[in-house]
Amino acid sequence: MGAQTEQRVERVLVTPGDKLAEGDYKILTPTTAYRVGTSYYSSIVGLLELNPQEKSLKVIPLKGSYYPRVGDVVIGIVSDVGLTNWELDIRAPFPGILYAVDYLGRAINPSKENLKDFLDVGDVIVGKVEVFDRTRNPVISTKGKEFGKVVDGALVEISPVKIPRLIGKKGSMQSLIESETNCKLIIGNNGRVLVLCEDKRYEEIVVRAIRKIDVEAHISGLTDRVKEFILVEKVKRGLVGNEERKA
Amino acid sequence: MKREKPKLVSEDGVRHDGRRLDELRPVKMEVGVLSNASGSAYVEFGKTRVIAAVYGPREPPQRYMVLPHRAVLRCRYHMAPFSTDERKNPAPSRREIEISKVIREALEPVVMSEAFPRTSIDVFIEVISADGGTRTAALNAASLALADAGVPMRDLVAAVAVGKVDGYLVLDIDQVEDNYGEADMPVAMAPSLNMVTLLQLNGVLSPQEFSQALNLALKGVNEVYKLQKETLRNKYLVRVE
Repeated sequence: MGAQTEQRVERVLVTPGDKLAEGDYKILTPTTAYRVGTSYYSSIVGLLELNPQEKSLKVIPLKGSYYPRVGDVVIGIVSDVGLTNWELDIRAPFPGILYAVDYLGRAINPSKENLKDFLDVGDVIVGKVEVFDRTRNPVISTKGKEFGKVVDGALVEISPVKIPRLIGKKGSMQSLIESETNCKLIIGNNGRVLVLCEDKRYEEIVVRAIRKIDVEAHISGLTDRVKEFILVEKVKRGLVGNEERKA
Repeated sequence: MKREKPKLVSEDGVRHDGRRLDELRPVKMEVGVLSNASGSAYVEFGKTRVIAAVYGPREPPQRYMVLPHRAVLRCRYHMAPFSTDERKNPAPSRREIEISKVIREALEPVVMSEAFPRTSIDVFIEVISADGGTRTAALNAASLALADAGVPMRDLVAAVAVGKVDGYLVLDIDQVEDNYGEADMPVAMAPSLNMVTLLQLNGVLSPQEFSQALNLALKGVNEVYKLQKETLRNKYLVRVE
């Protein structure tokens, strides 16, 4: 239970221009808080987490769009097929670029092969942002065994700022959902989640649970509510009740 | 056929609609009114009603617009054809283009556009009903909509107009007061930063009157600012219960 009490850091709702603290603090979320002289202000509607011991503060946004960062796992949808690359919609202000060399692992000859035969518009890709800076569009890589084209599962879109909540502290929320339903979640930082269930009856439960997290992320006690929600849904669908009756 | 000027302020300091000299019209604010926009707001100052919608940061619709070091902020202030007494031609007029520009310039100092290079943040403001003070109402709505969209901004922008009517300085003037008044001065501020982002003056004020008017505007701006923050908080606080 030690981890549980640690999580109970007091969160305060702040709006742009609100003074957060004075003194010497470290800003953990550089775009959502800023400093003028020795005062710290919020730049967003969010929840303030002030840590006087560590002299750090962060403002967790309640709404916002996705802005790519190198190393992010993203789930993209092919929006355009080029001669040597695909363009992916990654819910960012920029298209994600996926090079054929990267995806196929070999060079291709555009005069002999058509990239449409490998990936077409509408296909779903799990990848990682490999290169991105302010001058170039993000380059997506699918190198790695967990990345590549998606052929199965349910795709859920939620607000990108709620993704940390869906993962939870050290992956607690994700592993809770996975262990309660025997499904696997592939979570993209851009707010897309892929739900892979062996038993399709669980799929809808997971999708609903994810939507619930999207709506209620800022209200405390979320983990317990999600746990209860999954249990209730399982009973409703006769996925737990039967076994208990047998016992 | 010009109508005669009505008496707008009585001897005991009560205005034609029953307000005191330093009183705002009844204000109503709401955020998140449109589902397709990234952020939106509805603002009402008496009979002036305005909706603002924010889209982005997103890819600019035209390549030539992109700025390599920051996001472009695009603003459109528009009056609906039915917003005035006589039908207004929906094509953007000279006045609307100018107001779009001053609103954009009033928002630019607070929006942290440098966090989103090569993108555009679009603000659309539609005046549903016009009864004076539309640019200040539009600015209040736009800044709420930006905050609702989750666009980082240094502060909210709050705006209010001060006018000189029948020799009195009055807060938040409406259409009649503007038409027959001696001066109209819209002021927009980022109160936490103590920064004025818009100040226009139409008419004549003496230097003393000007500083009095600015103080009166400051008072109004702070009231509006408080309401804006309350509106943003309420969106999330209501759901907790």
